[in-house]
Amino acid sequence: MSNTTSPASDLSPKVISNDPTEHGIPHGREEEWRFTPIAQIPDFFQQQDWPSIGVQDARFVTVRSAEHDSTVEQATGWKAIDLPSALARSSAKQVVSIAIPAEHIADEVIVVDLTATQGGNYGRVEISAGAFSKATIVVRHDMTADVSGVIITHVADQADLTVLNMYDGPRTSRHIWQWATTVGRDARFLGLSITLGGALVRLSPSVRYSGPGGSAQMLGAFLATDDQFQEFRLFVDHNEPHCSSNVVFKGALSGKNSHTVWIGDVLVRREAVGIETYEMNRNLLLNDGPRADSVPNLELETGDVVGAGHASATGRFDDEQLFYLQSRGIPEDLARQLVVRGFFVEVLDKVADDPLRADVLRRIEERIGMQSWELDEVSV
Amino acid sequence: MSTLEIKDLHASVVTDAGETPILKGVDLTVESGRIQAVMGPNGSGKSTLAYVIAGHPKYVVTQGSITLDGQDVLDMSVDERARAGLFLAMQYPVEIPGVSVSNFLRTSATAVRGEAPKLRTWIGEVKEAMAGLHMDPSFAERNVNEGFSGGEKKRHEILQLSLMKPKIAILDETDSGLDVDALRIVSEGVNKVKQETDAGILLITHYTRILRYIKPDVVNVFAGGRIVETGGPELADVLESDGYERFAVKA
Repeated sequence: MSNTTSPASDLSPKVISNDPTEHGIPHGREEEWRFTPIAQIPDFFQQQDWPSIGVQDARFVTVRSAEHDSTVEQATGWKAIDLPSALARSSAKQVVSIAIPAEHIADEVIVVDLTATQGGNYGRVEISAGAFSKATIVVRHDMTADVSGVIITHVADQADLTVLNMYDGPRTSRHIWQWATTVGRDARFLGLSITLGGALVRLSPSVRYSGPGGSAQMLGAFLATDDQFQEFRLFVDHNEPHCSSNVVFKGALSGKNSHTVWIGDVLVRREAVGIETYEMNRNLLLNDGPRADSVPNLELETGDVVGAGHASATGRFDDEQLFYLQSRGIPEDLARQLVVRGFFVEVLDKVADDPLRADVLRRIEERIGMQSWELDEVSV
Repeated sequence: MSTLEIKDLHASVVTDAGETPILKGVDLTVESGRIQAVMGPNGSGKSTLAYVIAGHPKYVVTQGSITLDGQDVLDMSVDERARAGLFLAMQYPVEIPGVSVSNFLRTSATAVRGEAPKLRTWIGEVKEAMAGLHMDPSFAERNVNEGFSGGEKKRHEILQLSLMKPKIAILDETDSGLDVDALRIVSEGVNKVKQETDAGILLITHYTRILRYIKPDVVNVFAGGRIVETGGPELADVLESDGYERFAVKA
């Protein structure tokens, strides 16, 4: 597999190698690390004697030794792009594999519960959707322990894959994950990341294409409060013609010290003619105190595109919305919850599976202290 | 029988630059089954009056009182006022993304009525109210005010009015931006609510046109932050022909 056919861009990874020694130890001033509180994660930059994450039994899910060659790595050409991912790649002793056979149409959502052991863990997860297959997979991370991990996803030609990547649990653990997806010819990929738990979560989802006509949606909903730090570094590499990408990440911040970072890098290479890309980040500050950084970067090496745009906005809670709801008798707390919930509905509406969407909404409601909201069933 | 009593009301708008007085001594009583029209030129403060009654945080009351059946309205939060029986149909209703009309209405009805309406009767109730306002049922699935046309926003306000059944309703320029057909539909909706619930209505408007459809018992002219003249429906006719010029000077 060729990685690039046009000259390296500022947005391309600096070092691409599975050998940890080829990646320098970050000092914090590097562009990729300047937002991250690296003093809180020194152990993620050193080789550790950490166990590998495991998984609970589920259909299509197996665990294999890391000694075997990875067909997903071969198919995608994936290699580590920074020190934690190189360490996770070389140190994890086993690989959690979720493989949907070619042409299989999975009617039921496949729920994958990852398991970690107390302390630090290395994680390797591989997801493959065979050609013409269709599946929805939920990956639930174990937030009771620290994990340095890598997810590699291969969506083969004309497959249709939805992956819900869920970080929900206690607000104590540290999670650093690369999530690299390769989208095949005319394939569809929807990756939705929900981040509610963890003390520090740094997730780097990326997409590239292995043929024309692929479509990728990368969605995110995150809630940060207290001292939570959450960083989302997105990279869409438009390296094939006539593909599309759509990135929508929305976050709500509260508490005194929460901090979120969203980086949206999109590179449209010279050969990626006729593509369409849009990326958006919106952050809602529920009170004074939290900090939300938002940096969209769109680099076009060709002007021959259908559309390319980005938007980023961080705003305070809208008092007019609150007034409107309250003036209809709705108490202030519930009015606030309704607005926050509604803020996330825009992202979640893109998920076709109703029970799945309802489950995510319920988790968000729980986090914002809302009584279960079951009125959606009511239609006039 | 309910009475909204406004006495010597003074209020200022709060901005970064400080407080600017807008209302300068408003006296007005709105009673069940009666329609009080408040008419005035742009910038006279008539919309401020509506917002102050509803409790918008942008305004601060510096003097005077508002009571509903003897209860101190100024002491209530915005939602408490609504639950006490006040309703403001807004001139510029805001969008609430991700909150459907049907969920919003039911939440609001639950809050105002103190218990969730029985699902079966509720659906019938909403359907009927929507049909009366010539609203397509698909409307209920849309997000509150999102992408609504001017006419749809006003119908949605009156739809809420008919479901919340307030003691006293304040209609803030409900006629603005409506074509004649929409104005007729919206007016019929208001008249129906009044007939069925005996609500008192404070009708705030710039134009006399709506008074052909909603007949006021009393017409008040508002200028310079207070009521400068009060009369019967015939006062509206004077305004229709002469305009507000005379009052602008007086204020």
